[in-house]
Amino acid sequence: MVQAGSKKSSVSKINTKAGISSLIIFVVLLLAWIAGFSSRLFAVIRFESIIHEFDPWFNYRATAYMVKHGFYNFLNWFDERAWYPLGRIVGGTVYPGLMLTSGSIHYILHLLHINVHIRDVCVFLAPVFSGLTAISTYFLTKELWSAGAGLFAACFIAIVPGYISRSVAGSYDNEGIAIFALQFTYFLWIKSVKTGSVFWAVAASLSYFYMVSAWGGYVFIINLIPLHVFVLLLMGRYSNRLFTSYTTFYILGLIFSMQIPFVGFQPIRTSEHMAAGGVFALLFAVGVLKYMQSMMSKSEFKSLVVFGGLISAAVVFLGVVLLTYAGYVAPWSGRFYSLWDTGYAKIHIPIIASVSEHQPTTWFSFFFDLHILVATFPAGLWYTIKNINDERVFVVLYALSAVYFAGVMVRLMLTLTPVVCILSGIAFSGLLELFLREDDSSRGEDSEEEEQSTPSKRLYDKAGKVPKMKHEQSRDTDNIGPNLRSIVTVVILLLLMLFAVHCTWVTSNAYSSPSIVLASYGSDGTRQILDDFREAYFWLSQNTADDARIMSWWDYGYQIAGMANRTTLVDNNTWNNSHIALVGKAMSSNESAAYEIMTALDVDYVLVIFGGVIGYSGDDINKFLWMVRIAEGEHPKDIRESDYFTEHGEFRVDAEGSPTLLNCLMYKLSYYRFGELKLDYRSPAGFDRTRNAVIGHKDFQLTYLEEAYTTEHWLVRVYRVKKPDEFNRPRIPIANRIVKSSNYITKKNIKRKKGTIKNKPLVVKGKRLSSKQ
Amino acid sequence: MAQITTVLSKFYNEYKTRTPKRLKAIDAYLFYILLTGITQFIYCLLVGTFPFNSFLSGFISSVSCFVLAVCLRLQVNPENKTQFNGISPERGFADFIFAHIVLHLVVMNFIG
Repeated sequence: MVQAGSKKSSVSKINTKAGISSLIIFVVLLLAWIAGFSSRLFAVIRFESIIHEFDPWFNYRATAYMVKHGFYNFLNWFDERAWYPLGRIVGGTVYPGLMLTSGSIHYILHLLHINVHIRDVCVFLAPVFSGLTAISTYFLTKELWSAGAGLFAACFIAIVPGYISRSVAGSYDNEGIAIFALQFTYFLWIKSVKTGSVFWAVAASLSYFYMVSAWGGYVFIINLIPLHVFVLLLMGRYSNRLFTSYTTFYILGLIFSMQIPFVGFQPIRTSEHMAAGGVFALLFAVGVLKYMQSMMSKSEFKSLVVFGGLISAAVVFLGVVLLTYAGYVAPWSGRFYSLWDTGYAKIHIPIIASVSEHQPTTWFSFFFDLHILVATFPAGLWYTIKNINDERVFVVLYALSAVYFAGVMVRLMLTLTPVVCILSGIAFSGLLELFLREDDSSRGEDSEEEEQSTPSKRLYDKAGKVPKMKHEQSRDTDNIGPNLRSIVTVVILLLLMLFAVHCTWVTSNAYSSPSIVLASYGSDGTRQILDDFREAYFWLSQNTADDARIMSWWDYGYQIAGMANRTTLVDNNTWNNSHIALVGKAMSSNESAAYEIMTALDVDYVLVIFGGVIGYSGDDINKFLWMVRIAEGEHPKDIRESDYFTEHGEFRVDAEGSPTLLNCLMYKLSYYRFGELKLDYRSPAGFDRTRNAVIGHKDFQLTYLEEAYTTEHWLVRVYRVKKPDEFNRPRIPIANRIVKSSNYITKKNIKRKKGTIKNKPLVVKGKRLSSKQ
Repeated sequence: MAQITTVLSKFYNEYKTRTPKRLKAIDAYLFYILLTGITQFIYCLLVGTFPFNSFLSGFISSVSCFVLAVCLRLQVNPENKTQFNGISPERGFADFIFAHIVLHLVVMNFIG
């Protein structure tokens, strides 16, 4: 009886312990979700519920189109309002996962009669998915290490600035959902490697399919997972579990990824995907060999291996030669070359190099985006290498490759962030495990996290490794006094607090600006909203013809299409370099040469961004050198970059600037009438606040264009391109005009007498005159 | 060469005696799948790959049937019991069917 009673109580004790630990997990994850969600709302609170930046505007426009016209029409959508005169096949050149996700959320909400606007779904999609990312990070880390580390990792990723930068409310971009898909795919992959179950492998490939549909970064997965398998093979860690999980994942992932129209047949045609196929074949060969080995004695096996090896080598060699000969396998694309050779883009593809997020990462931004985690993640890496097993090899490879890529491009910081969170979670959990183990008095929430990490270890880790580690630690803890222990604990807690403060500060100050609405702070702390972009786009949508074609630099293409709903020449989907170069050429040549290009392209309006009045640094003059470079790449005879520098090799807009620069279209459009403007009493007229210089070329008139609209702070300036019959007229001074009209009659008479026929403009001129009279 | 033939014949005998009947059935299925794959490949070499998606979906479907059957064979094999902890033959077969359902839904979509 007594025995039975004690058994019962121990069972219930276990139950309550498990219940408490799962309650803690649930609460912590929920809090992480809420914290992550609410810290991403700074942008909505400060400004409004609006789509941010550039690419999100296209995604939003495409989503709105899909919601309005249905999915199949979306897939077949030919957008004639972009890339005039070429147009763009949107359905085939877009990763539809994002639009499908928000479209289906919208659909479900409407089924439940919750009538939200699609814009609100789009704005809040990324914050919601950040919570899902936190949860899948928890599961991934739990599989890799322990539940305690998982909770740490989930909390980190919920608030880490490196991920928030791409997922604040309103930044409706592919990355927002892709990081969730990435983490979830990795979790399912680890799970399937651990169990060897086909089910998990199928789930991993389904999640991979979602990732392919969402972001071009899926290439990272399809190279990292084969790398993992390959390294495991090299380490002699082949197992049948590995075979089942990888082969199933690869072959299903292959056919799934080809379902996305934009990806098409690339998975079997381009070099980026070849490694995965090679590892698939290799794994098959190893599997067959292992099977044979199990059936035969050693010497027999050896002779067979020699024979089979010769044959297979010949087959592979022939296959490669044939494929290259037939040109089936495409070489690597430019973006991938620029990953290996960091100087490549600068020399060959200025359009890739011109994007700020493709620049190499600075140490500052590592610290800014990751803060304390950048210091702790090597510790986590060390822990994992020290206690290596099949799945920890994966996280080591993930960390190393992501560190490399993040160093190459600022933008790929995003792929580094999750693994940094995972490894830092492991490091913190390892540390706290060491210092809180026998210290019963100072049990905080963290120690309870540790507590429930132990049973989960027993469940998920294979025997051998982790218990050994525990013994080591318990031996270590003997040497640590209670004072040291509490000091370390307090220091760790302080570090974590500092991290949270830093994250909040960065989020609210650096990453929450919608960048289409600017805020400036006066000396007394009052906030001023500069809404010039929307003012200009609204003007365009109200005052121009519905089919008006607007030329601007490609950065603003998506915004013009999304907000003003007008036809653009180039936009942020930079698929046609020569078209962009043509626009760049128009911007960087003088007015008459530009006019020829603009008439050839049927341009009605030109839009430039000018920040000289308010000191906005991201304006077109600052981007101008890239326009010149891109134009030079395609038209080296007409445009030379060196013409735009002074003799000393400086780029300056004041009186010492090069004459080519002072007469090019972009300069004139930016500074037209700016010479008359006195910003304040101290500075002279025509003082450019962005470049801190008085402009060099002040009083000029535009011949071929006329100013149509300039916003309140001069941030956006819109010009109308004159028709051929218009720009001859202002050349005649107004004073002479009466004389001219009297001359006109005699001219006409003379002309009639002589019987000569002049060009079209004269005829139209007469028409206009008669209509005026 | 003679050594290899003896090795192969010995291998064949070993296989005949040591492999359970269930696995032999799977092996027969594997052989059949291999034949379908080879037939498709020869057909594409002779006639051409014109509806490329149709060819691909057919070929990949047979490759993945092969892969899935190999996985099933590995999981069912009693010698591998220790490696696949917690996966019974029944579970393996259920996974096999699940994977096939997903796969052939996609293949039907892709075949056009």
